[in-house]
Amino acid sequence: MSAGVAKGGDAVRAAVTLRSVTKTFGSGSDAVTALRDVQLDIAAGEFVCLIGASGCGKSTILNLVAGLDSPTGGEVVVDGRAAMMFQESALFPWLTITKNVELPMRLAGVSRAERKERAAELIRTVHLDGFGDKRPHQLSGGMRQRAALARAFAQEADILLMDEPFGALDAMTRDVLHEELDALVSDRRLTVLFVTHNVREAARLGDRIVIMSPRPGRVTAEIAVDIERPRRIDQPAVSALAAEVTDRLREEVLVHARA
Amino acid sequence: MLELDDKIAAMAPDLSPDEALAVDSQLDDRSLAPVNRPTGRHRARKIWLAVWPKVAAVAIALGLWQLVVMSGWRPEYVLPAPATVFDRLGELIADGTVFDALRITGERALYGYGAALIIGIVLGSLVASSKIVRSAVGAMITGLQTMPSIAWFPLAILLFQLSEQAITFVVVLGAAPSIANGLITGVDHTPPLLVRVGTMMGANRWQRLRHVMLPAAMPSFVGGLKQGWAFAWRSLMAGELIVILGPSVGFLLQQYRNLADAAGLIAMMIVILVVGILVDALVFGTLDRIVRRRHGLTEER
Repeated sequence: MSAGVAKGGDAVRAAVTLRSVTKTFGSGSDAVTALRDVQLDIAAGEFVCLIGASGCGKSTILNLVAGLDSPTGGEVVVDGRAAMMFQESALFPWLTITKNVELPMRLAGVSRAERKERAAELIRTVHLDGFGDKRPHQLSGGMRQRAALARAFAQEADILLMDEPFGALDAMTRDVLHEELDALVSDRRLTVLFVTHNVREAARLGDRIVIMSPRPGRVTAEIAVDIERPRRIDQPAVSALAAEVTDRLREEVLVHARA
Repeated sequence: MLELDDKIAAMAPDLSPDEALAVDSQLDDRSLAPVNRPTGRHRARKIWLAVWPKVAAVAIALGLWQLVVMSGWRPEYVLPAPATVFDRLGELIADGTVFDALRITGERALYGYGAALIIGIVLGSLVASSKIVRSAVGAMITGLQTMPSIAWFPLAILLFQLSEQAITFVVVLGAAPSIANGLITGVDHTPPLLVRVGTMMGANRWQRLRHVMLPAAMPSFVGGLKQGWAFAWRSLMAGELIVILGPSVGFLLQQYRNLADAAGLIAMMIVILVVGILVDALVFGTLDRIVRRRHGLTEER
């Protein structure tokens, strides 16, 4: 049962709403339209995967939702606190894992004792017990992403914005992290906006897959993922859906190649 | 893309998440990689490997010096042999002259460098955090760095007469720009991703500076401190030669020249060189290693 369907009965609260969002960079003849008239509704607790060729404005959407940038036209409404994860862990290299996880709480003025306790708990949650005193460069890529996840949780975020967070990991580590993310997201009822290039990853994780097209970036298709959880990446239904998404993306690419 | 994923899935289809996790953390945990703990003999060998090229270089330099002396290019009372100089150095150390001079000079270095440190940090922070200050004085700081410190002395003497302040003034002008520039470069080169992360965490302007930019700037800042020290030490020597005050290191150089004590002169030059090298290696080298290790910029741990 997917989270989106589970909430079907209730009045679904929108966590993120993009209404006719347009984003233009630069001005005059150099202006580039990164997004044109994008409509997107994400329900609270929904896991939405954003997929599309590079340059289709996926990361721009994340930045808008994160509040790091504002739209040129239209409206972005975010109900909740968002935290962002990137392809690189973006942990602070000069801090230990524990201190990295503590930092958002420190900025928010949480007391030292409480910080320590909650950081230890979050580190256990992401299975990094015993690595709290290490520095990021001493950990593997997968472990660093776990630490980044713990840090996102430390921000008390209910919306996770993920920009290809597992893109640089090997398949096995990625598989493990998919399982963990699945569990953590449903435990904590998080809303996730997950940008990826990997169609299987999208089919494995998402409640819904949003396909975007470049120049200018816009939403061209939305596919609901009606596959029971828990899912596996090598499950036939996931593969079939991934194939369908790939076909759609291929069409997009061909259309653009002709244009 | 799909074929590749099929292959990958086929590689490890039956691994449960827990098993895979265990594999992941064991295979990937670099902290578990075997580290060769140096034994006593191993360490001695390591030290020897680090030391012998330096010893050889000094020996060659002394040999060349001896050859020049033996060639009779200059009379011995102008250019004494290494042995004569080291005898004289021994005397100067034994009678306390060297230490008295180092105390006076060291105090000046400490004052000047300390003031340069404060000014450099304040100036660097201002330039790094304000566009207006940057466009006003950013280029000027780099310009000051290229200005030979000795060119400041005539003005310094007009302003402060032949005094301690004149020396401090020039030492500060020599060192502060390097320190400020190290800080500015470091802040400028903070990875933008880390700044974004800080903003996402809700850091305000001051918190971003305190928790993201300044720590990120540390390696470059230490580089600035090191360069600042080199400039400070040079400026100080120039100052002590021009503003002749007290039996300082620079004062002794002048005095031995006036007394035609060439051995004493060269002995003091050796003292200046050694102090410069030692402070650089022990203070700034150590600082540099600590910071680089913290930032994960070194292989050794």
